[in-house]
This record gives sequence, structure tokens and C-alpha cells, in this order.
Amino acid sequence: MYGNDFSAPNGTPDEAPGGLLGEVEAAEAELRAAAARGRRGGPAPDEDLAAYFAEVVDAEQKIEPRDWMPDAYRRTLIRQIAQHAHSEIIGMQPEGNWISRAPSLKRKAILLAKVQDEAGHGLYLYAAAETLGISRDELVQLLLDGRQKYSSIFNYPTLSWADVGAIGWLVDGAAIVNQVPLCRCSYGPYARAMIRVCKEESFHQRQGYEILHTLAHGTPAQQAMAQDAVDRWWYPSLAMFGPPDGDSTHSAQSMAWKIKRFSNDDLRQRFVDMCVQQAEILGLRIPDADLRWNDERQAYDYTQPDYDELMQVISGDGPCNRERMAHRRAAHADGTWVREAAAAYAAKRAGQKETVAA
Amino acid sequence: MTQHTPLWEVFVRARRGLSHTHVGSLHAPDAALALRNARDLYTRRQEGVSIWVVPAGAITASSPDEKDAFFDPAADKVYRHPTFYEVPDGVAHL
Repeated sequence: MYGNDFSAPNGTPDEAPGGLLGEVEAAEAELRAAAARGRRGGPAPDEDLAAYFAEVVDAEQKIEPRDWMPDAYRRTLIRQIAQHAHSEIIGMQPEGNWISRAPSLKRKAILLAKVQDEAGHGLYLYAAAETLGISRDELVQLLLDGRQKYSSIFNYPTLSWADVGAIGWLVDGAAIVNQVPLCRCSYGPYARAMIRVCKEESFHQRQGYEILHTLAHGTPAQQAMAQDAVDRWWYPSLAMFGPPDGDSTHSAQSMAWKIKRFSNDDLRQRFVDMCVQQAEILGLRIPDADLRWNDERQAYDYTQPDYDELMQVISGDGPCNRERMAHRRAAHADGTWVREAAAAYAAKRAGQKETVAA
Repeated sequence: MTQHTPLWEVFVRARRGLSHTHVGSLHAPDAALALRNARDLYTRRQEGVSIWVVPAGAITASSPDEKDAFFDPAADKVYRHPTFYEVPDGVAHL
């Protein structure tokens, strides 16, 4: 997950039939339709490249890797896609923590598949970032050196099995609300990667919801565990949408470039509005005494997350920042011999082939 | 990552009868591992019945910058399309 500041060209996110998955389908159809509309070829020899770029973006056409693009557009995308990829990779840790302790073989198999998906999402996104001219080695190093961030949400601990459910429902749910508009991003490789990610992500949200639903309809102890998990994950999930619009640094330019489509606050509101009814069916309470329907706004009023805490976690002082980074560095170091062995084997085989050919 | 693990482009045939389509790329030290990684990365949900992996460096691409000039020879040959020709009224099977 993590695409944290969008701004709306036309106000509120529109609701497509079929919910969020329907919107992903619509984004994919739109991508194909835009491609089919076609357009004239590349810029003329004496044409202003910036004007040409703006024209392609305004026409809702995709920018592709070998097209000319402003340096700042390239830098913004590398930063955003890389941080998104890092989030998927670090995001395996909180849930991976529960694979060995999942309550049944079925739950264990599902959780394994989900964590494997997160790894896959990280790899799709790294590949998309690499099309912008940065190498995988550099991207990995930027994460290991702490020079690029990942989503703040993964710096919170998973204390009980119910947390796996809360992550699926709330964290993946927030991620989907954030990510669906990215399926329409102006950069082709990112948009295509996001379409793939979003289609897979919906299973994650549903499996989390199912875990919570089962617990919430279980023994009083199980109900209490589910409620405790929702109590702890609610506000960090709201904070995933980033700072309030007034404090969001990248929004306006990213909106003009059609990298982002909606503002942080618009997406956060949309997430809250979705969750209220889902919580009712779970029979769990959203931990916000001021949560209530506002008839005038046709939306729920809710309590904002603690943005000071968000900034603190982003700057490295969350509950698990050090643990997450130490684990990632150790995993990377522990894998060195595997990478070296595979490279040595490939070199040996290549050498043998040359001998045969000669 | 050790040295520079080569980049591979991945093409998947979704079903018998369809052509292989580019789905993305990945890093692997050799072709055999690239195929296995591609299976794990791009076909976790039975998205394909066949996979090609091609070293990214082996692909020569035409550049969008030269798109107009490069594809120009086809632009003024509308007579290659059947719609160029006027068919007299009443002609069948043409």
C-alpha cells in the first residue's frame, strides 16, 4: 500500500458500479480505450517537449518509459513507487509473525498465500520503478540505508491473531481505497502494476473481514480480542492516508500530473464511510465516540487520527521501526549466499556453453 | 544483490489459442531461475499455460521519439485498407 496524497480534480471520488473492484475493472477498460483512441506519434523535431508531455497527460493517455518526461515527474514517481514497493516488502513482517501460530491449517495456508502476494506486489512495483532508470540494487540499498521510507502502518506490532484480521479489514481496506485511483495514474507501468495489485488485494481484505467476523461471533474472549484489535488499528489506519490536505506537500503537482487523483482527506472520508456499515455487521465498535452521520454533508463526522504520532512514526520512532529495519537487513544479509550461489552457478553454466560452442 | 542480477522480460500465454503477452519483468541469474521466478510471480492464480522469459538486453526497441519518421512509410498508404475502395451498389460477396 501507500500512495498517500491525492487531490480531486472534481471533488469527491465517484462511485462506480461493483464497488472498488468495479472501479479497477473500469480503470482497466479506460486504459484500453485510451490506447485504442490512439493519437499522433511522437513530438515533431522542433516541438516543445514539455507541451507535448502535457498534451499526452491531458488526453488521459499513458506516459511510457521511453517517452520524454520532466525530471521532477520522474523523481516523484521513483520516490512514490519505491516507497510503495518497500511498504509491500516490510508489510510482510507484521503478518508473517502469525504464520506459525495461525489457528488452523486453512488459516495458515491463506496467510501464507497473502504474505506471498505482498512479496509479489513489492516485485511488480520495483519492476515498475526500474523502468524509470533506477536499478533494483539502488532501490534495495535506499531502503536498507533508511533513505527511503515505507508506510508508517507497518511499524505497529501484531499482538494477537485478531490483529491479522484487523490488518486485512482496515489496513488492506485503507490501502485499496488509496490504490484504486492509482490504477488511473498517468505513468503506464505504474497504472498496470496497480491494476494487478488491486485485483489481488481484494482477497486480502475479505480474508481479514472473515477472521474478525468469526471471532466477533465466537466466545466472549474472542469477541474481546477482536474489539481490542480494532481499537488499536483504527487510528493508525486512518493515518495511512497521510497528513490533512492543508499540510500535504506533494499533492498539487502530483494532481496536475495525474499521478494522484483525490486528496488525502477525501480518501480518508471515503474509507470511514465504508467502514461504519461493515463494523455494524461485524458487531464491533469503531473506537470513536464522535462518529456520527452528518446529514448535511452526506458523510460521517469522525475524529482525526493523531498526526503528531504519524510524524513521529514516519521519522523513525514508532513502536517497531528498529525491529522492522533490523529484520529486513538481516534477511537481506542472510540471503547473500543464495544470490552468490545462483550467480556462480549461472556463470559456470554460461562458461560450459561457450566451451561447447567453441 | 550480487553484482548485477540480469533483468528478464516475462511473456505469458493466458490460454491455448492466445499469443504470449508481456506481463512485466524480473531479475534472475539465469534462464531456468527466471522461468521459476516468473511462475511464482506472474502465475500465482493460474494466469497462464505457458511462459517465455527473454533477457531484457536482447530486446531492441524502436523509440517513441522517432515514431513519426519510423512509422511514416505506412501513413500515406490508405489503399492497403479495403475501406479505400468504392464498391458499386448491388455487388455481393466482395
